[in-house]
Amino acid sequence: MADLLDLTVAEAAAKIAAGEISADEYGAAWRDAAATDDLNAYLWRADGGPSSGDWTGAGESAPPGEGTETPYGAGAPAPADSGPLAGVPIAVKDIFTTEGVPTTAGSRILEGYRPPYTATAVRKLTAAGARVLGKTNMDEFAMGSSNENSAYGPVRNPWDRDRVPGGSSGGSAAVVAGGLAPAALGTDTGGSIRQPASLTGIVGLKPTYGAISRFGMIAFASSLDQCGPLTRDVADAALLLGVMEGKDPLDSTAVGLDGGVRLPTREDLSGLRFGVPKEIGEAALDPGVRAVFEATIARIEDLGGEIAEVALPHAEHGISAYYVIAPAEASSNLARYDGVRYGQRVGGDEDLVTMYEETRARGFGAEVKRRIMLGTYALSSGYYDAYYGQAQKVRTRIAGDFDAAFEQVDFVVTPTSPSVAFGLGEKTADPLAMYLNDFFTVPMSLAGIPAISIPAGLAAPEGAGDGAAGLPVGFQIAAPAFGEQKLLEAAHALEGALGFAAAAGDGVPWKQGGAADV
Amino acid sequence: MAGELSGILGHVDRISDLDLEGVEPTSHVVALENVFRADVPWTSLPPEVALASAPEPFEGAFRVPSPQAPVD
Repeated sequence: MADLLDLTVAEAAAKIAAGEISADEYGAAWRDAAATDDLNAYLWRADGGPSSGDWTGAGESAPPGEGTETPYGAGAPAPADSGPLAGVPIAVKDIFTTEGVPTTAGSRILEGYRPPYTATAVRKLTAAGARVLGKTNMDEFAMGSSNENSAYGPVRNPWDRDRVPGGSSGGSAAVVAGGLAPAALGTDTGGSIRQPASLTGIVGLKPTYGAISRFGMIAFASSLDQCGPLTRDVADAALLLGVMEGKDPLDSTAVGLDGGVRLPTREDLSGLRFGVPKEIGEAALDPGVRAVFEATIARIEDLGGEIAEVALPHAEHGISAYYVIAPAEASSNLARYDGVRYGQRVGGDEDLVTMYEETRARGFGAEVKRRIMLGTYALSSGYYDAYYGQAQKVRTRIAGDFDAAFEQVDFVVTPTSPSVAFGLGEKTADPLAMYLNDFFTVPMSLAGIPAISIPAGLAAPEGAGDGAAGLPVGFQIAAPAFGEQKLLEAAHALEGALGFAAAAGDGVPWKQGGAADV
Repeated sequence: MAGELSGILGHVDRISDLDLEGVEPTSHVVALENVFRADVPWTSLPPEVALASAPEPFEGAFRVPSPQAPVD
């Protein structure tokens, strides 16, 4: 079976389509692999427990109802047995609603919730022939950078089980890196796809805001949230993006990508200009991460790419602006969890306000409460202009910095994360230190532009002794809005030259035949 | 938690010193045109489906405690 699990999604789909391998055997091999999860990465699996079954989403309609008129008209995407992803099982972050399948968003307040409809992104995957392999663990409501904020326990990093996989899409990153799924869906609000991809040595793509529908994606910060793939390689990211992008009658902010997405084929970078923000010189960055970043810049030049210095003078204020805007939007979005229409209710015997208070006090974890309080404070009269208004202006400036940079260069490149994977519990006592993990990923989210993290090398954790095992370091490439095709082509060329998986050898967890063998 | 929130606000406060007079605030990054659809009825959740996840459904409605605190 091991050779089936070695295939990328694109390779497996091609072999299934050509009749060289059986979709049933391929799916069964992945369900067996997923069943060995000892990373706490899955919250629900298609073959485990009483709620299981080979979940196909069969019979779903979105929204479900009587009659034949749907928002999709006659061409409603329905689960299919054929298509570009026929027979491919995919893990889905537990923030996407899946009809009849438990969906918690990592929160106690949604424990036991079974949504009546399926998210558009997931429907598009199943309509292309894919199947949901499982739902993955995550920071509660996607708030976190380590997956330690999940109500269902932290996820372990398959490279080193005493370290975090990053977050908030930590479960999705861990299943792909750990050989428990061929690919996964995540969401990225300030780095929640790219940072865990970086910390687990896989590819994570945050598309342009609006490329993929947000319908059925449980909302955190609606002006920033965007879903995207976590995969072993860039071609698989392109394949999944191509299936999921598009307009959606159920999300008026979904505009799709003109011309769709093709599998990348480029092998050199000649004629392309890469901008390195001069601010990186003074940024707080682990020496090992900086060394991998500089080596990767050299590889870009080897491939014919041109390196230029650019300035992002407002990016250093990205964290401040983000931690006003995202909590402000979250404080509004999370008001819907009131113990009335779905989810858990606590204290139904007293008056209504007491029921609200007890439901939220017990249902939400500490980080969610922290952000709701920050957000309501930032939006309160008297502080609105100083915090929320000012943060929105910083956002304009950051987007302007990128616009100016993209007049000189095709891409902006940075390390994805300032460090390699840190230890479980290492940063939980200091929320601000945790927030600073997002330093390099937040500016792209605020500007709404696409960015990809690809694994670029290994570095020992800071402070580790000689001979300490290396951990993955991600390299981030950002492009102008809707520049996904060009971004994927460049990332593909660089990925080929870096040869991360080959260079890391047997240290790559997914090569070790599933997590159970470690 | 009060100390943590103060620490975060202290960091966030750094943007208050920036001179951003006259800068347009950004609430949404992608230029959007209004989207219209044909005014035709769509399917909607049947009441029993909409109520299926409620903690306390009651005769086709969501039941909640009284808004008024009990009087002793």
